[in-house]
Amino acid sequence: MSQASVRQGGAGQARARQGGAGGPVRTVLAPILLGVAVVLLWQGAVTLLAIKPFILPGPLTIAGQFGANLQNVANGMFTTGRNALIGLLIGTVLGVLLAILAALMRLLDEMAAPIVAAIAVVPIVALAPVLYTMYGAGAETARQFVAALAVFVPVYFNTLKGLRQVRPVHRDLMRSYAATNWQATRTVTLPTALPFVFTGLRIASSLAVISALIAEYFGGPVGGLGKSITSSASSSNYGLAWAYVLGSILLGLLFYSAALIVEKLVTRRSGG
Amino acid sequence: MSAPEPTPLPGRRAASLAVDVRGVSRVFAGRKGASVTALDSVSLTVAPGEFVSLIGPSGCGKSTLLRLIADLDTPTTGEIRVFGKPARQARIDQDYGIAFQQAGLLPWRTVSGNIELPLELHGADRAARRTRAAELIELVGLSEFAGHYPDQLSGGMQQRVAIARSLAESPSLLLMDEPFGALDEMTRERMQNELVRICAETSAAVVFVTHSIPEAVFLSNRVVVLEPRPGRIRDVLRVGLGETGERGETLREDEEFFHAVSQVRELLHGEAPAGARGAEAR
Repeated sequence: MSQASVRQGGAGQARARQGGAGGPVRTVLAPILLGVAVVLLWQGAVTLLAIKPFILPGPLTIAGQFGANLQNVANGMFTTGRNALIGLLIGTVLGVLLAILAALMRLLDEMAAPIVAAIAVVPIVALAPVLYTMYGAGAETARQFVAALAVFVPVYFNTLKGLRQVRPVHRDLMRSYAATNWQATRTVTLPTALPFVFTGLRIASSLAVISALIAEYFGGPVGGLGKSITSSASSSNYGLAWAYVLGSILLGLLFYSAALIVEKLVTRRSGG
Repeated sequence: MSAPEPTPLPGRRAASLAVDVRGVSRVFAGRKGASVTALDSVSLTVAPGEFVSLIGPSGCGKSTLLRLIADLDTPTTGEIRVFGKPARQARIDQDYGIAFQQAGLLPWRTVSGNIELPLELHGADRAARRTRAAELIELVGLSEFAGHYPDQLSGGMQQRVAIARSLAESPSLLLMDEPFGALDEMTRERMQNELVRICAETSAAVVFVTHSIPEAVFLSNRVVVLEPRPGRIRDVLRVGLGETGERGETLREDEEFFHAVSQVRELLHGEAPAGARGAEAR
């Protein structure tokens, strides 16, 4: 980002914080208007063309089902969200730790790179049935495992990249201070890497929800959003199925926004 | 503390110099076995309190020489002593402060946090750090900006913070690698005036890398002109433009100043002017 030339003597006028271009009206109101228009159009089409609910239920039907089954949807969100969160935490801790080790040891990095690349291309949901047989169909473990695995990959790669972003001038500076390895890591390497870790976390946050949800399709206990979607759909209760889909969207947004807010807070001062 | 030292000089003489570079070469290994001689048997001394500029075209090894003195790099052959100690020991003992062309501030620390960094790394307590940082911020004229972050400052202000940081531990030697290289001409001249003032106040020796002739002449007691491929010292010009503290804005209009500038220019362009030869016997 460009630096504003603050004139010497000009009292503390801070750089204009990156302005809300277009103002709040445009950034907030415009998407809302579009959303409302789409919903109206959708409802209109469903009503006027008399579209059958098994093809496409109208927003009113879905909203009605959502309201009527609020407790069930909330429970589903809680179950799936818990799995996603546990997976997110485990995957992040593992990803960050392994990336730090890989950054410290070149050999480990070279050994780990193909393995992590292999993990990245494993269709993780394909693992779910195998994991259910390993951990038992009554446990949530398999779902958390799948979420953790999905989270691990972007967190690992982003952290590793971040740990390699130390600018040469900072490295020279630390050497000129005769700083110990740990001092250099603590004062320069980790703060430099932090924004990258949180970018990885933001990407991983949606992946965690999606993976935990999809893993439910392959077995395991009922109660989560994924199971509820399939069971409502198979009992021809399409409005309810869509209400659960709406719940999943909300859950995904919740995870993503939380990660985004944390990322913004952390990267505020990390420069360009 | 230090290993047994090969002492080619009588100890006292070596110790009385801020920097003593003796027959230093630095060869970088290139691709396909080719090698680049960045510096070829360079010798140079800097007295305590003396301001010496290194000037020359790109590729003459001036930055390499500075990095060698700072022990950010090691000579292929030759020896470098800083205050009578090997360069490595001088770095470990924090005998010098350094500033680079890029300010190299940590963007997540405030101005005063950045200046406190070396003090913090070397275990100064919080109160001492605060006091020292405040003094230095005052010295470089940024009192109103102590709590600002680097991205809120202009390039010139960032560079002043970097200079304050290099002075944090009151070093007797300052190493500066084109610290004003990225600044516009007006900011640059103002920074030069400030540097002259700061040097007078701290009486530190300075090794200053630059590619600006007027800058070198204005700031220095001696200007060392280097030539490229291989990097060698072509000549050394003693600039007698008064004591560091007495240099001011008027000096830039001075007859002697222009004379010295043209002397350095002629040296840089290769022909040895009659007057300049022998300005320094070597």
